[in-house]
Amino acid sequence: MKTINEMKLSFPSKSRNEAFARAAVAAFIAALDPTVSELSDLKTAVSEAVTNCIVHGYRRTSGTVYLTGKITEDNRVIIKIRDKGVGIADVKQAMEPLFTTAPEEERAGLGFAVMQSFCDRVRVSSKPERGTTVTLEKQIGHE
Amino acid sequence: MKTEFQNGVLTAYLDGEIDHDSAAKIRAHVDASVQSLKPKLLCLDFSRVGFMDSSGVGLVMGRYRMMKLLGGMLRVINIPDSVYRVFAMSGLEGLGVLR
Repeated sequence: MKTINEMKLSFPSKSRNEAFARAAVAAFIAALDPTVSELSDLKTAVSEAVTNCIVHGYRRTSGTVYLTGKITEDNRVIIKIRDKGVGIADVKQAMEPLFTTAPEEERAGLGFAVMQSFCDRVRVSSKPERGTTVTLEKQIGHE
Repeated sequence: MKTEFQNGVLTAYLDGEIDHDSAAKIRAHVDASVQSLKPKLLCLDFSRVGFMDSSGVGLVMGRYRMMKLLGGMLRVINIPDSVYRVFAMSGLEGLGVLR
């Protein structure tokens, strides 16, 4: 399907940029006239993915978070969120609800479960010591 | 964030967006008030929360554990629908703290 718009962002892994990232994605999809719940779903999923980069990918270090967005002709939004952090050895385990490697920070272990529940499709590719890419897809205007 | 203390009940009025960044600040503020006032009941009022990701679930679970350790209770009240959808995934419903 033909891409009708796209964008690229990169920002340092500071927690204040979680709000920036979801606001930027909300502004990017505004032209599609999403419903309140579509907008809230995508913002929540983006917030989870960016938080993962900061809390897990770049745990105890800092780095750059890369975010790209695409809108296709059929109103599908594809958001990729990538870090060059520690990576995930076992993606399947990491995606299990309640699994977390940061309980001391009161992480609930629900990040991937929320992404999966609030998007149509979530893909995760990761290599230890190389980083992680999360791809979120959501159709706007089908509710 | 505004807080109110009356008859052993500490109410914290959360507002704005709850994410990993703001949850740390809310946690510090609420925990300091709980330590000094020692309430029997901690009420987190979510009526003015416009956005929450799963960091809010961690925040509530942590306060639940803290209040239990101190022999008190926790209630989460006035939860907007959009926020409730995240809580619904968490298992917190089973603890009876969500109102």
